[in-house]
Amino acid sequence: MITSGLTPIITEHWDKPDLYTIEGYRRVGGYRALAAALRLDPDAIIGQIKDSGLRGRGGAGFPTGMKWGFVPQNDGKPHYLVVNADESEPGACKDIPIMLANPHALVEGVIIASYAIRASHAFIYIRGEVPHAIRKVANAVEQARAAGFIGENILGSGFALDVVVHSGAGAYICGEETALLDSLEGYRGQPRLKPPFPAVAGLYASPTVINNVETIVNIPYIMDRGVAWFRQFGTEKSPGFKVFSISGHVVRPGIYEAPLGITMNELLDYAGGIRGGGRVKFWLPGGSSVPMLTADHLDTPMTYEDMAAAGTMLGTGTPMLFDETVSVVKAVTRWLEFYKHESCGKCTPCREGTYWITGVLEKFEHGHGSPAEVDTLVNLCSQIAGRSFCALGDAAATPYPAALKYFRQEFEAAMTLSADEQFNPVASYVFAEAATR
Amino acid sequence: MTITSNAGSDLSPQTEMVTVVVDGVAIEIPKGTLVIRAAELLGIEIPRFCDHPLLEPVAACRMCLVDIEGVPKPQPACAQVVSDGMQVRTQLTSPIAREAQEGVMEFLLLNHPLDCPVCDKGGECPLQNQAMSAGRPDSRFEEEKRTFPKPINVSAQILLDRERCVSCARCTRFAEQIAGDPMLELLERGSMQQVGTAADQPFDSYFSGNTVQICPVGALTSAAYRFRSRPFDLVSVPTTCEHCASGCSLRTDHRRGTVTRRLAWDEPAVNEEWNCDKGRFAFTYLERGRVATPLIREDGELRVASWPEALDFAARGLAAATSHGVLVGGRSTIEDSYAYARFARVALQTDNIDFRVRDSSDEEAQFLRAAVAGTAVRTTYESLEKAPAVLLIAFEPEDESPIVFLRLRKAARGGTRIYSVGALATRGLAKMMGTLIPARPGAEGSALAGLTEQVRADLSTRGAVIMVGERIAGVEGGATAVLELARTTGAAVTWVPRRAGERGALDAGALAGLLPGGRPLTDAVARGAVAAAWGVDSLPATVGLAGTTMLQAIKAGDIGAIITAGVELADFPDPALGHDAIEAAAFVVALENHHSAITELADVVFPVAVVTEKSGTFMNWEGRPRPFAQTFKDALVMSDAVVLGMLARAMDVPIGASDVSGIRKELGALGAWAGERAEQPNTPPGRVVDGDYLVSSWRALIDNGVMQEGEPYLAATAPAVTAKVSPATANALGKPEQVTVTGPLGSITLPLQIGDVVDGVVCLPLNSPGCAIYRDLGVRAGEAVAMGGAV
Repeated sequence: MITSGLTPIITEHWDKPDLYTIEGYRRVGGYRALAAALRLDPDAIIGQIKDSGLRGRGGAGFPTGMKWGFVPQNDGKPHYLVVNADESEPGACKDIPIMLANPHALVEGVIIASYAIRASHAFIYIRGEVPHAIRKVANAVEQARAAGFIGENILGSGFALDVVVHSGAGAYICGEETALLDSLEGYRGQPRLKPPFPAVAGLYASPTVINNVETIVNIPYIMDRGVAWFRQFGTEKSPGFKVFSISGHVVRPGIYEAPLGITMNELLDYAGGIRGGGRVKFWLPGGSSVPMLTADHLDTPMTYEDMAAAGTMLGTGTPMLFDETVSVVKAVTRWLEFYKHESCGKCTPCREGTYWITGVLEKFEHGHGSPAEVDTLVNLCSQIAGRSFCALGDAAATPYPAALKYFRQEFEAAMTLSADEQFNPVASYVFAEAATR
Repeated sequence: MTITSNAGSDLSPQTEMVTVVVDGVAIEIPKGTLVIRAAELLGIEIPRFCDHPLLEPVAACRMCLVDIEGVPKPQPACAQVVSDGMQVRTQLTSPIAREAQEGVMEFLLLNHPLDCPVCDKGGECPLQNQAMSAGRPDSRFEEEKRTFPKPINVSAQILLDRERCVSCARCTRFAEQIAGDPMLELLERGSMQQVGTAADQPFDSYFSGNTVQICPVGALTSAAYRFRSRPFDLVSVPTTCEHCASGCSLRTDHRRGTVTRRLAWDEPAVNEEWNCDKGRFAFTYLERGRVATPLIREDGELRVASWPEALDFAARGLAAATSHGVLVGGRSTIEDSYAYARFARVALQTDNIDFRVRDSSDEEAQFLRAAVAGTAVRTTYESLEKAPAVLLIAFEPEDESPIVFLRLRKAARGGTRIYSVGALATRGLAKMMGTLIPARPGAEGSALAGLTEQVRADLSTRGAVIMVGERIAGVEGGATAVLELARTTGAAVTWVPRRAGERGALDAGALAGLLPGGRPLTDAVARGAVAAAWGVDSLPATVGLAGTTMLQAIKAGDIGAIITAGVELADFPDPALGHDAIEAAAFVVALENHHSAITELADVVFPVAVVTEKSGTFMNWEGRPRPFAQTFKDALVMSDAVVLGMLARAMDVPIGASDVSGIRKELGALGAWAGERAEQPNTPPGRVVDGDYLVSSWRALIDNGVMQEGEPYLAATAPAVTAKVSPATANALGKPEQVTVTGPLGSITLPLQIGDVVDGVVCLPLNSPGCAIYRDLGVRAGEAVAMGGAV
């Protein structure tokens, strides 16, 4: 099992300037997997993906093959594949680079996945704020169509597929898969009541598979190089490799592709360590929606299971690292402001809870809190977590209790000292001159 | 609230039952029941806001969280279906559920203004009540509340206070799912989420008032009721709506002798929990323009008279005439109509009686005698819901029987196919997902002969229904064609009159040729039985005059004295004929509750009770008696039946009981006619009028009807008054913005609207502001008009 070192696979050819074109992609073996896959029985592909142990890269880590297997077959209804490219998680920056650098890998994955689940329509729902990514993917779809990979009777297999690139309109909630479906159908994006689950009644009340961009991009590589090859990376429960996007106070923030199971410490080495030789104060393995960790956890393997054991989640696998110049009060406040702004309003706990918590945190940030409120906030988070309609509410209730667990004294100091008094804000800027630190 | 819909009232033997335990108490209930309904059946009330038994679950408010064994998180009882062996613990036994609910309640109150003392909902507010039962004693919230300017209009009638809203989405779901008028939507997000409408599309739904009633807070209020009273100061009386033949259960709330509001009341078999805005808001007529005392005409002028003087005057005037006629407007209760029917035959010795103050025909009268009067209840709201197909003819349910419309929409959502024979695919038909069977006005009957195989097959399926509106009277050969279609397909025919009293008047015998219970006057046995019951030797044996023929006879002087009851002359298709006839009559006795054109012409006017001042029964279109009690117990105004009884005594020909229970007993003793029914009509289809533009027309639900007077907010929600034509017709006219429509009596200019209309037809509202076609144009539906672009 390979669990360390950089393993550029998805990112292998990102330095080739024409990789985004169909010619550039084919030159490095692109669409080879498609031709092979179309000769297989769709169920065989589902079986291979099941065997590969590939887990969803969007945050939840649900086994992809199992998800595909939930789609009822021979039910007479149209099936749909929907790619969730609404990457909006604070700190996450992996799907958009993938779409910019190698859009054809996504398109190829879409075609194979659609074939496997017997979908004749696939939709790629891309967050609306990234028109350059939308253009790249739309262009790739058109090139694939022109090459005969999309359309009627693809490569003589009899399989027909249309792919639609759809632009979101600026709502974090639309990354929640059922809200995404509502948005795609033209409604206001709010999560749907489950059951029925999308695999049974998703888009237009038909069986639908919703996968993350990175998940889908894994498909051509697995189909091309085989399950055994794939499973040599990562761990038993978290096989494969991951596009880690590292941000924060590191010397070289960016994309690092490595096997699952690598430690943050190793990734941090690749990223040049903390700027100015500083130390990690806290870090989040996968977006603001997962509980934070501290320097004590830098040697925990980055796998779904090890992160869960450490009390957090791998999430999107996009670590954010903060050095000791940062006020955790301020960081948590910013996140909660985000969740308040993005709460869709459907359910009471998230709608009202984020409003309330943010108000209290903003007081803390300005040094106006009261000691009782430090614990009241924990209670408010517990009134949201597990009681909201969708996972966005759970996510909103995550940062504060985690932060309090490690930095209680900082919140208590906020009764008298504002965040800016505790920590010079200029020092925390990523572009701050070393001298100001 | 109705708890039948999700609780599985349909307990067929195949229904799979499961056992669920709620708070330690086991109950066996149908599989698929929601936990919240199961708890209700056990008498356990789980607090809730978004849940409504007639709306699809949304699980948005999270107030009904309960603890289910084996499930890590608390679950919303409103969306969770039971499974066998499920152990549910509510706030009563589970600290987790209790704490979860308290948390949600605390959140709900965060941004809720503390304006209960001035809020209409205060005192009957689910938020107030449940904050007491399921909330924390105080709030820990010290931050600033989110505020909105308040209130804003979502329609002329409905006001929205966004601060009070808890985003339960009951109103938006009602609008979308029940009414099919999705003009209300949730806008924005997070704590700024709010109910709203598009800028140019107010919530002008015929059913908008229901949203006020189901709003669990005071966010939605009506302009009519806002700030008028506190609920705990009101006296509530269950009643039946008098506006149309749907037969809704209503609750009338009153204070100090004045009706303050009306609400839809719970009647699963009829209106479920809904009513229309006319039934809810149109009640100021109850007090406006009332006739206060008897009046008699002396030296050409009406003057106040005492009851004995007026009765004596009326008795002498009626006795002096040799021929009589009785016009009963379609608004009487069965009991009052029965009194008229009996008074006409016994005291006046005449069969000249009609309740149809509207377009009518002999063919229609034959149809009603043969196929409707005194028939047992066959087609019901419930059977509509289960019908495989329903064909509508001369009937626009959204306007003419709105609760029938709601049930047909519900049926259509469940798969019932709706067909409508007419000239326009109406917005109502679209909401019923129905199919138009195009027919030029007047040719609806002929269209039935040319139905496609698909429609005929649908109508031949067991349970199919043909619904006939009152406008069939204006279609020559229409009723004949309907009965023929029913005979050949086996579909049930049901007649849906527009006015609340018509079906009852028919059964009470207030139509020439018809005695109570559907007895044909021409049948000696039937006649004899009624004569015996009424204690007289004989009854008139020849069928009297009705409809236009009667009016012409009055005008010609062939009928000397008439009695009118609730007659609005403008409702006759030829208002001038109505006016001239009443004017020509030698002696006119009017029993009216309001001053009107007819009281101006009458020789005697007796004040009679409105619905709040008497008890009685309306029979709805199903044939279902809808009894109601007197709202104002100490009202001194007498019902028509009581006045007729006094008049009969003054004429020395007593007519039996005149109190409601006595009349009900008499009607009950007579029962329905089991003998041979009157002969069916056999009228060949009429010739469709020539002319470039034929008029298709009916009365909009909200229009110039006299019972809607004095309610400007309601009136402002009426649909736009336009001349609607097909695209081809519009092109032929040169697509002007305004079009002038000209008939024999004059012209009106209206905005031109393009719709799914049969070519060469113009759809006009029958009696709306700026478009009263009988009065302004002198035409009725099926007649020709000229049209041209207006400058």
